[in-house]
Amino acid sequence: MSFRVSRQTWYFSSDVRIRSAGTAVGPKEGNGPLGNEFDIVFDDNYVGEATWEKAEKKILEASINKTLEKAGLVAEDIDMILAGDLLNQIISATFASRTIQIPFIGTYGACSTSMLSLAQASALVNAGYCNLAVAACSSHNSTAEKQYRYPTEYGGQKPPTAQYTATGAGSVLVGRGGTGIRVTYATLGKIVDMGIKNPFNMGSAMAPAAADTLLAHLKDTGRKPSDYDLIVTGDLAGVGAPILVSLMKEQGYEIAPYYNDCGLMLYRKDDPEVFSGASGCASSALVTYGHLLKEMERGKISRLLVLATGALLSPLTYQQGESIPCIAHAVAFEVDE
Amino acid sequence: MNEKLKAQKQKEQKEEQQKYQQKAKQFEPKPPVLLNCLKAFLVGGFICLLGQLLQKFYMQVFDFNEKTASNPTVATLIFIAVLLTGLGVYDRIGQFAGAGSAVPVTGFANSIASAAIEHRAEGYVLGVGGNMFKLAGSVIVFGVVSAFVIGLIRTIFNY
Repeated sequence: MSFRVSRQTWYFSSDVRIRSAGTAVGPKEGNGPLGNEFDIVFDDNYVGEATWEKAEKKILEASINKTLEKAGLVAEDIDMILAGDLLNQIISATFASRTIQIPFIGTYGACSTSMLSLAQASALVNAGYCNLAVAACSSHNSTAEKQYRYPTEYGGQKPPTAQYTATGAGSVLVGRGGTGIRVTYATLGKIVDMGIKNPFNMGSAMAPAAADTLLAHLKDTGRKPSDYDLIVTGDLAGVGAPILVSLMKEQGYEIAPYYNDCGLMLYRKDDPEVFSGASGCASSALVTYGHLLKEMERGKISRLLVLATGALLSPLTYQQGESIPCIAHAVAFEVDE
Repeated sequence: MNEKLKAQKQKEQKEEQQKYQQKAKQFEPKPPVLLNCLKAFLVGGFICLLGQLLQKFYMQVFDFNEKTASNPTVATLIFIAVLLTGLGVYDRIGQFAGAGSAVPVTGFANSIASAAIEHRAEGYVLGVGGNMFKLAGSVIVFGVVSAFVIGLIRTIFNY
């Protein structure tokens, strides 16, 4: 099978595998139902730094270092790092890369950055441009609030459709051969915009993008939803996840028995601060790299599809009355039969 | 012809978007408006009651009359609001009370203090100074403009 399946779907024929994965989270994520799955739990949102931006950078660095440590490697062994985050000029990723000193490609796909960077890293490794590549991303609740919404201490009321940006970072190391989990396919999305304008309702805005990429993936690979043990979306949360199930049903696919959303898995369901669920690059990265890959190693899941969803808005476009362009990128993970 | 096709396509796209937006609405939880109104009424009312008590206090204990007592009253309410903002409590009250804690002077104080705290990381001049009226600025602008218009109307009708 060739590398190119369609203009959207890539097949990684050169035995691309996950070597190791590292996650670092803030206190709220550490107290959540998946708290024990994360490698590093910081007990303070500032992580001992003076600003939130520095804190996010430090969390990202911690996750990358943990990934290398687990693989028994040092930065000099890695050819390339592909990383991104939610902030302007992807400062967390660039500043973390300044510290770590691995050749760096910045990626931006809003909350879809996790699978976007992994798809690209896998392609570079598959084609032989890199022997080992790291894909990483981060988000921080307070830096995201500061840039996209209001000051964190501002007493504005949020609607129940709002989501809570996760604090944390996830990274994976991919290489050719070995015994790890295989990365088999990536389906990269196109921008879908259904005219939703409310930035406190990103689930509704992103669900059609997830459906578009999922349909393309199933068509290109000839697979059915039941071929996966689990299909997860990144951060559609309480509003977007049922919409996706309904949209897929309209297209003749029943995904509900195999489907979950990372935004619904990261926090306790009764936490009122979270509203409809988690969001941010870290939502899909933490749940996938921290929890689901381990579930695959434990033999609970053998085929996994992660659809990371991203809302590509900025405060500027929102204020100018633009709707929210959305995207979703899918990566398929498989355990050897 | 090409223009026509383009317009047709745009129209179809718009219809598809509207159809989706209606579908999505069914999945969106509605904000509990009535309950929110009640909470806003109670918390907003409580803040006003507190103001009233403070005003009486300043009139009884110190030598203020009803008019002059409003200055120390407002200053005290602002102090409490800023303190609660700094302690990280006011945003929680805001999520509970909505307009109830946003409309009184305490909400105005919170919007300034929260922006000042948020941007302290960028320094006192560019950060605190440049950003503390980020949210309150429009309240001041439209407050002054509407006060001017109302004042004008009142002046005209008084003559």
